[in-house]
Amino acid sequence: MNTITKPVYDSAANASPALTEIQELKHYRYLLKQLVRRDIVARYKRSALGVAWTMLNPLGTMLIMTFVFSNLFKSVQSYPVYILSGLIAWNFFAQGTNAAMSGLVWGGSLMQRIYLPRTIFGVSAIGTALVNLLLSIIPLLLVMVITQTTIHLTFLFLPISILLLTAFALGFGLLLSALAIFFPDVAEMYQILLMAWMYLTPVIYPEEIIPAQFMTIYRINPMYWMLKMFRMPVYEGVIPTLQDLWPALAWSVGMLIVGWIFFTSRSDEYAYRV
Amino acid sequence: MLIESKPLLSQETKLNNEPIITLQDVSVAYRVPKERIGTFKEYAIRTLQRKVQFNKFLALKDVSVTINRGEVFGIIGNNGAGKSTMLKVISRVLRPTKGRVLLYGTIAPLLELGAGFHPELTGRENVYLNGALLGYDQDEMDAVFEEIVEFSELREFIDAPLRTYSSGMYARLGFAVATAHVPEILIVDEILSVGDEAFQRKCNERMQSYQEQGSTVLIVSHGLAKIQDMCNRVLWLDHGQVQMIGDPTEVIEAYRRSNQ
Repeated sequence: MNTITKPVYDSAANASPALTEIQELKHYRYLLKQLVRRDIVARYKRSALGVAWTMLNPLGTMLIMTFVFSNLFKSVQSYPVYILSGLIAWNFFAQGTNAAMSGLVWGGSLMQRIYLPRTIFGVSAIGTALVNLLLSIIPLLLVMVITQTTIHLTFLFLPISILLLTAFALGFGLLLSALAIFFPDVAEMYQILLMAWMYLTPVIYPEEIIPAQFMTIYRINPMYWMLKMFRMPVYEGVIPTLQDLWPALAWSVGMLIVGWIFFTSRSDEYAYRV
Repeated sequence: MLIESKPLLSQETKLNNEPIITLQDVSVAYRVPKERIGTFKEYAIRTLQRKVQFNKFLALKDVSVTINRGEVFGIIGNNGAGKSTMLKVISRVLRPTKGRVLLYGTIAPLLELGAGFHPELTGRENVYLNGALLGYDQDEMDAVFEEIVEFSELREFIDAPLRTYSSGMYARLGFAVATAHVPEILIVDEILSVGDEAFQRKCNERMQSYQEQGSTVLIVSHGLAKIQDMCNRVLWLDHGQVQMIGDPTEVIEAYRRSNQ
């Protein structure tokens, strides 16, 4: 037997699936690009306005919310900007994690036929949501100009906010999709959870209306911190202080590591299960 | 090794006994729950009661085989014998429960034609998407794009959305993409009975030319005549175990006898 040549693939060699997966993903980066492209192009292919819907969507929601709630939350200055700066972050998270979950279930039929890095559907789902998030910054800026809200230089902090939220969403999305493969009910449960979660996060209402005794609950909600990362530089015009930054950083790094390891350590089982 | 290969005369030059696929005591066990458990609640309750029970179903049992570079290797057996499972283990879809699989070359699985295509995208877009699914990058796809269009005979339709394609056109495009690059290992699951006769001939010619260029071809089929025609060696699987391996004529004859 030829023992000198190194095998291209050895089923017995998989010491650290979490690290191997990063290499595999790097190798398949063109597929990643293609999947993101497919999701965006295919979705709007038959609509006249096309990708513009990505921008019109949050704009429409913002208009409705403003119409419904601006009287209720009179204390909030330039409510449209307040809501939009939170909404784009929330939408990104909700869309991305949902797509990661359904993407793996969809991709399951493919994964039974050919080898693909298992994380590719989760990562591409978050990638698609990220493109949508970046595009929705345009209507955000537009609304800021129209409502004559000052665009502070702190706006430039946004890439960091996006990075933190992306890492968090990816970790959480992977965790969810691993669970959804073993328990299909998770997908349904998550819809309800998301709804509850959104109301427990100051997306449409100002933080000030939260009764003081509930603030402890808010403080353990990672999305509370993530939204702060968006609102502070965009809406308030301040750079998040370390005090605000570290919980967000801890959540995003922690969730990414936990989600990645949890997902990849079970990745051999998916083809057996899906 | 238990199994001696019997190279055909015409193949002697290429079959230099350099292994490209090695399976060492490979077993694959599917865990089939005795009852389907689909919810957390049920799962939690049953785990507590220690009632989560699984039937172990061995799709492959201690399969050992070495396939050499340049061989055309056939796998036959009844339904449920483990043929597809064996291909899955080789194409890295499943990691074996026991044993070891070693590959000494890149693998190009013949995607069930059209799997991974998106109906809303054009033929052109789908070529790139499908190529990416098979692990190629942009440059590699650019290099073979013209050839794919040519081979699939779909030039007029290449910029039309795939939902307007007939199933034959689907399959032609799928085959053209999957075989656009000369692979080191080519997997063919059930000989393609798609497209008209002329296109089928074209497919066969292409596979033959790849084999002549040194590709190893793995064929799983129920068409015994075709297997006998094309293969150097045949493996007969029965209930997940290797029944026989060797010269196509002998193995197929034994297989036929057992089925009578």
